[in-house]
Amino acid sequence: MINLRDAGAELWEGWNRPKRVAFAILAILAAMLLPYAGRYSLTNFLNTPISSYQAVLVYPVGMYILMALGLNIVVGKSGLLDLGYVAFFAIGAYTAAVLGTHTHLNIWEIMPFGMGAAMVAGVILGLPALRLRGDYLAIVTLGFGEIVRIFIINTPSIGGPNGIAGIPQPPTFLGQAFDIEHPDHFFWLVVIMICVVIWMVRRLSIRRPGRAWEAIRQDEDVAVLMGVPTLRYKIWSFSIGAAVGGAAGVIFASQQMFVAPQSFNYNVSVLILSCVVFGGMGNIWGVVLGASILSYLPERIRFISNARELVFGLALVLMMNVRPEGLLPRKKREHLSEEERAALKATRAAMKASKKSESKEARN
Amino acid sequence: MNFAVVGSQFFPLLINGLALGFIYVLVSVGYTMVYGVLRLINFANSEIFMLGTFATSIVSTTVFKFNIDSHPSHGMKLVLVLLCCLLASMVTSAVVAVLVELIAYRRLRTKGANRLGSLISAIGTSIVLSEGVRILTHSIPVASPRVLSKFYVFKIHGVGLRIDQMLTIVFGFILFFAVDRFVTKTRLGKAIRAVSMSEENSRLMGINLNRVISLTFLIGGLVTGAAAFMYMTVYEQTVFNVGFNIGIAAFTAAVLGGIGNLRGAFYGGLALGLAEEFFSVLLGSQWKEITVFVVLVLVLLLRPNGLFGEAVQQTRV
Repeated sequence: MINLRDAGAELWEGWNRPKRVAFAILAILAAMLLPYAGRYSLTNFLNTPISSYQAVLVYPVGMYILMALGLNIVVGKSGLLDLGYVAFFAIGAYTAAVLGTHTHLNIWEIMPFGMGAAMVAGVILGLPALRLRGDYLAIVTLGFGEIVRIFIINTPSIGGPNGIAGIPQPPTFLGQAFDIEHPDHFFWLVVIMICVVIWMVRRLSIRRPGRAWEAIRQDEDVAVLMGVPTLRYKIWSFSIGAAVGGAAGVIFASQQMFVAPQSFNYNVSVLILSCVVFGGMGNIWGVVLGASILSYLPERIRFISNARELVFGLALVLMMNVRPEGLLPRKKREHLSEEERAALKATRAAMKASKKSESKEARN
Repeated sequence: MNFAVVGSQFFPLLINGLALGFIYVLVSVGYTMVYGVLRLINFANSEIFMLGTFATSIVSTTVFKFNIDSHPSHGMKLVLVLLCCLLASMVTSAVVAVLVELIAYRRLRTKGANRLGSLISAIGTSIVLSEGVRILTHSIPVASPRVLSKFYVFKIHGVGLRIDQMLTIVFGFILFFAVDRFVTKTRLGKAIRAVSMSEENSRLMGINLNRVISLTFLIGGLVTGAAAFMYMTVYEQTVFNVGFNIGIAAFTAAVLGGIGNLRGAFYGGLALGLAEEFFSVLLGSQWKEITVFVVLVLVLLLRPNGLFGEAVQQTRV
């Protein structure tokens, strides 16, 4: 199978700075035009048949990309299996719901509180849980996700099983109204947030935290031996991932204007983890692609409504069997000098040539 | 806190907890054996359990023509019906378990994919199975007719042991004992343990890896199917997502005892069954699931490898 990621990376590395900036701006503009794709005959195959296409782009597509990027920091970058990521999403959403209905803060002012609450929850969970390894961590995070959901259901003061309604929408910003008539404006907001998160992850992963996470992912014992304060960096990874989830939750709450515990069940955690692994763990573009496909596909095939989850499950099994590393797997070697890169290129070319001659010989 | 009720209801709670606990024990054997060999959380195990409950219900209704109004049977016919249901449930679960391994995991394993890839494949399989049953049953819960009349075997001071609970406890214990003997004493059991210690070395020693892994899934499926049968005799109702809560609880039990460790699953399952019954009275049933997880977190804090687990090697994603 063609290696899309390598081809893309090679193209990108061949460009100079203005070219890269131009490409990034073009890509963002193209993404921002997506809500209008349903209107024109050329692109209306994207339209979702039953649900509103523009609303689908915000939730689930945009939200899932955002959450998958957040979870990717935890699972893909630092190699910590988290099966309860939805808890942070729920904490963000409920912070927005409670503050939005009980105080006069608007959503922009609530955002830091939502992210902060999720981060605090990440630290509280992380301090005991991150001393555990592997699948023990997975089950404790799963438990945490369930604890948060059941706690919400059993607490009448935050709505209990009925949830909270009447969450305010963000105030008008630069003349753009955020209301139920304008899901496209919400989508722009989400695109901007996604860009910020991508920028943050890219910066972090080439700095000290990124290197520490990479070391922890590859071999935690060695990382400890080399003097990486692993617990601290694992907690950072957890709480940064949690903050992204919390931010997604705040936007979700204000876009839907209503939150209820059943939106935050275990299946969401599993689905987001699937997005990360399906797209290619650790690689931002893979995660974005995986999350877009897995969140968009069930909406696109809503016309087979009864069997759509079944098809979704089949697609997961099939894809993982065809491409076990995900759609766009992460780079195997991260840092190469110019010489090494040239050497690698030469070796590849030589291998290609020898393969060609071999097949020629075989034919003869 | 409702200590008075716990005091007065201690023995009934104990019996309920043990019956639930043995169901957990058997399901968590399915998880822990697969984990021991493949280091994989077999998410499809809860659906294997679900299919077992449906097999039990289908055999009693279609083969033996029981319906909701019919009277419980007695004597030899009762034994025959129960045995047939048990057999059907065990065989269904075992066949599905082996097929799941063949279709969803084997290719990934031979390709040397990372563990999370298999995990997603497991999740996908689980979705396919439960959704398939949901579509077939139109999401309607299926009540199973009462085959076994629920009389009390004995009663002392108002504390009784019901026949279905006794059956679950006795049969669960026998089955667990048999699996434990099989794994520790027989040649095939030794092969399973060898593979769980080191896949590579056991292959060098001439162990047929694929066959051992299939065998592991087979045993896990058989035991899970037996648990499904017992669940149906005690609770008499099933639905397409019945496996979800049981699956999570059983996996938690396996972790509590130390995952990959068969006897750990035994103690973990019993502890969880008892904890669930007692906590649901103590704090109200709505908090039951939380307390289970809190117990789990506390245990893992004090003993990071579970109650009886050996140190798990670092697992990488």
